[in-house]
Amino acid sequence: MTVVLRSSDDVVVLRQRVREVAVRLSLSLLDQTKVVTAASELGRNAVNYAGGGEATIAGCDQGGRKGVVITFVDHGPGIPNIDEAMRPGFSTGGGLGLGLSGTRRLVDEFEIKSEVGRGTSVRIVQWK
Amino acid sequence: MDRVPIIKVGKYLLASIPPDVQDSVAIALQEDLGARIVASRARLVLVDISALQIVDSFIGRMIGDISGMARLLDAEVTVVGMQPAVAMTLVELGLTLAGVRTALNVEAALAMAGIRDHA
Amino acid sequence: MTLSPYVTPIPVLAAHRDTILERWIAEQKREGIARPDLLSDADLGRECSEFMSALFAGLNSDSVDPSGPGWEQMRASLRGITLSRGRLGFGPSETMRFVLTLKEPLFSSLDELERTQHIQAVLEINRLVDRLGLMTSEIYQQGREEIIQRQQQEMLELSTPVVKLWDGILALALIGTLDSERTQVVMETLLQAIVETGSTIAIIDITGVPTVDTKVAQHLIQTVSAARLMGADCLISGIRPQIAQTIIHLGITLPDVVTKATLADAFITALGRIGQHVVVKRSDQER
Repeated sequence: MTVVLRSSDDVVVLRQRVREVAVRLSLSLLDQTKVVTAASELGRNAVNYAGGGEATIAGCDQGGRKGVVITFVDHGPGIPNIDEAMRPGFSTGGGLGLGLSGTRRLVDEFEIKSEVGRGTSVRIVQWK
Repeated sequence: MDRVPIIKVGKYLLASIPPDVQDSVAIALQEDLGARIVASRARLVLVDISALQIVDSFIGRMIGDISGMARLLDAEVTVVGMQPAVAMTLVELGLTLAGVRTALNVEAALAMAGIRDHA
Repeated sequence: MTLSPYVTPIPVLAAHRDTILERWIAEQKREGIARPDLLSDADLGRECSEFMSALFAGLNSDSVDPSGPGWEQMRASLRGITLSRGRLGFGPSETMRFVLTLKEPLFSSLDELERTQHIQAVLEINRLVDRLGLMTSEIYQQGREEIIQRQQQEMLELSTPVVKLWDGILALALIGTLDSERTQVVMETLLQAIVETGSTIAIIDITGVPTVDTKVAQHLIQTVSAARLMGADCLISGIRPQIAQTIIHLGITLPDVVTKATLADAFITALGRIGQHVVVKRSDQER
């Protein structure tokens, strides 16, 4: 399913949908919490820094392994230096500085692609 | 827009954050708390997050801001009821919520603040 | 004679549907896999009818691949039947044979087809039913695995008993080697107990843990950090000399964590923190 992310209220919906899928796949409560938190962070990034975007949530059940797969796509300004952005402690928001590195620690798989002027896409997977 | 109710109990204020709180509501809470602290001259504010299943950077920042603001207004904030899964996730994220006092529940928070009788 | 292109002879099968069903049930009884001790005649009939409906639904789709589109109903039926039979006590081969015994009745109904059509139909149906039979085996396996996983989880939870030592003080004695998964369960169990009992201090005793490596130490530190975030604190006790050496050797630092050699020492420290002290009572003889 796809969740359009235009405002922070959409991020609330995103969290609920991710939680539903995680529960359906019987992820542990901790893994559920981690993937919902990661999704919330990435959803907020899309809304706050990219002018909005889209999140596609899927439950994956391959060869006995269950997982939640979420892909975030935005057509924002893109990230000029991904390595720098992924450094622990790096933050542009002036907030708590969770950043992408913190989010990456929460999930099992984390892939990011970005092109300046074109946009960014992030794919995360949380296995059971 | 729903606002988070702030209850005055004896000498302290209590605000319970609802699950899936919207950003606008969270921001309104900050403003309301500021006003109530001044109006009631409360020295202790309890922020109950037992209904929160996740704490992301926005909520984390909000808690930090409320703490800081209250201190400036001569009140102390204690966050109560953090769920284990939330605590474990924050630890994994490396978020320490430094400067924010926490307690397991209202009773523990009051004991910490030296208030025995919360009538 | 021109050979017409082969098409699954659904009309023929449909015409003989009731006979096929009867023969299938009879075949199961003859082979001794009907198990009237586990499944009543009526229930067996219902299961077979359900399977037949799903089979025809699948055949009427454009595909003969039961793992693809058009066969959702069959997959759902198969899953339901296999799991329910598993619960009732059917062995996996009995359930597979339940599917495979459908072959003969299906083949018999094709007798009226012309020779080349007959051969192709038999081959196709043979292949289809084999695949359906294999699917029951896969479903059964997966079902067993889920049960085993659940039991493992329960065992993990049972083997991490959290004890209330005093009002506000919990103790958790870890025993045996700690792997990542077990440590996570341990952490969750302890933190949950802290919330449920409202205990501000938790003592983690590692006397029964033979070795501590970097990962385990990391998990312990994370547990302490999480407890502190929640408004509680942890003490670690039972650090034996060998473990202390390993920790130093590995360069692990336990930041701000109070550690004690024995659970008793940790308990006294904990009591002190909540404002209680242990007093030695003078015996009645010394006055």
